[in-house]
Amino acid sequence: MNSIWTIARKELSDSLRNRWLMAISLVFATLALGIAWFGAAASGQVGYASTPATIASLASLGIFLIPLIALLLAYDAIVGEEEGGTLLLLMTYPLSRSQLLLGKFLGHGLTLALATLIGFGVAGVAIALLVEDVAIASLAVAMFRFIASTVLLGWGFIALAYVISVRVSEKPIAAGLALAIWFFFVLIFDLMLLGTLVASEGKFSAELLPWLLMLNPTDIYRLLNIVAFDGAAQLSGVLSLGADLPIGAFGLWLGLVLWFVIPLACALLLFRNRRI
Amino acid sequence: MSCFRLENVSYRYDKSPVLQGIDLRLEPGEILGLFGHNGAGKTTSIKLILGLMQPTQGTVSVLGGHAGDPQVTQHIGYLPENVMFYPQLTGREILSHFARLKGASLRQVPELLKQVGLDDAMDARTKTYSKGMRQRLGLAQALLGKPKLLMLDEPTVGLDPVATADLYRLLRELRDEGTGIVLCSHVLPGVEPYIDRAAILTEGSLQAVGDLTALRRQANMPVTLSLDPANSISALERVIDKASTSSGLMIKTDNGRLRVDVQPREKMALLKAVMASGEVADISIHQPSLEDIYVHFIGSGGLAHRGGNQ
Repeated sequence: MNSIWTIARKELSDSLRNRWLMAISLVFATLALGIAWFGAAASGQVGYASTPATIASLASLGIFLIPLIALLLAYDAIVGEEEGGTLLLLMTYPLSRSQLLLGKFLGHGLTLALATLIGFGVAGVAIALLVEDVAIASLAVAMFRFIASTVLLGWGFIALAYVISVRVSEKPIAAGLALAIWFFFVLIFDLMLLGTLVASEGKFSAELLPWLLMLNPTDIYRLLNIVAFDGAAQLSGVLSLGADLPIGAFGLWLGLVLWFVIPLACALLLFRNRRI
Repeated sequence: MSCFRLENVSYRYDKSPVLQGIDLRLEPGEILGLFGHNGAGKTTSIKLILGLMQPTQGTVSVLGGHAGDPQVTQHIGYLPENVMFYPQLTGREILSHFARLKGASLRQVPELLKQVGLDDAMDARTKTYSKGMRQRLGLAQALLGKPKLLMLDEPTVGLDPVATADLYRLLRELRDEGTGIVLCSHVLPGVEPYIDRAAILTEGSLQAVGDLTALRRQANMPVTLSLDPANSISALERVIDKASTSSGLMIKTDNGRLRVDVQPREKMALLKAVMASGEVADISIHQPSLEDIYVHFIGSGGLAHRGGNQ
């Protein structure tokens, strides 16, 4: 446990040193405030529209940004140590491979969680203070749900980045694969699902189809933040499938948790078999 | 308790053998030189002792335990060849990080940095370090937690002569305190005075192990005598011709001196005869150096191997 914390501590102080933590927090706060005030600009008015609409917009933006940031933060976790020549040295210390990877996860995970909490937390407080007739309780619940799911989504992509990082032997390859993962989950997956829907002309099993959404953590994340306001009407595109999912919010949370636990377990397993 | 013990160890990488039937051990308070061209299996042997890899065959026991166990690795110090560090951290930060990982006292950090001569640079980022400074930081790292087994791969690369001498003095002190030390190096004349035993590896098998005297005996290489004649070279030559019973003597003249290559077992007989004749003014004796022995055991193919060395 001690060595896990030692590794995590170094990652945390690295992200403080290179200003990652500050930069991400700042980006999150700016975006959240921008969306809160100008999110309704398309409908011809400036000012805070409503909590559900703000959260929905934030979540739509989050699915682009969070995976990208998480992948960038973590893609070189192991392959970077190897290229830097420090992996071999670390492995001669009383430190198992699992401890190293878990320490990295703790460090990167905390960095992302802190940035999310600070960035969106500040935005949430600002909305509560500056908007006059906002229902504080429902805003707090929505913000809490949004921050928690954002952190889980980020952890999922950190774990996915590790799967790459323990497998490849060169940093540029890891970066390329990380981008491919981002591209797949954020852009391609929904398109493929939509294509399947249209092409099958409704012949595809209606029970199976909604479950396919669970195969993409970004879809689970969006469902969680939008469905929560029983706003099935707001679900557009493939997400309308989510209305048919018989698992409820708890299932969606579980889905997000599994989406970081399973890739992390895979990364640990693959790392154990890596030749150093 | 031995520092390490390799018994009939073999290791294969993708079916091609890297190590074959290695028997090697190191006792506390001993400096072992591990020599061989690159690819001979030095690094593989070290990695097996560190527990980074498992042998395909045979047993590796380290400090009375199993290689790679945390209780064992805690007492091993290792300096890899071409050691690298996190460029954005300072020397002190890096050493503190490694000290925490090793469970060593943080009070050691400034002491060790001072000991390796980095006390002026300990708060500078290591990306500003020269090769020699990185090497010293690597050495400080290996000394964390007072290891019982110390393994150094090319420790003198990038060190100036004074720092090199300091390093060897330090290693001697550690040895006298009971640390077992493995030294891999290509600078054979440099390490020769400091090692207690040498192990020579070629193509994954151990060619020779032992102290220099034993290796010289095993190699049976001629000793070179350099003689100053008291009167004339030809008189001295006659004395030697008469004294030598077997063939294989080489007599060369250069600068008015005689160089005589003599088999070790005939050396004393020849010396006595020369001394008794009164024809010699001065004698110096050159034993085969570690380098000579190394080349002898590596064989004639050695040059080809050494081509890929540097």
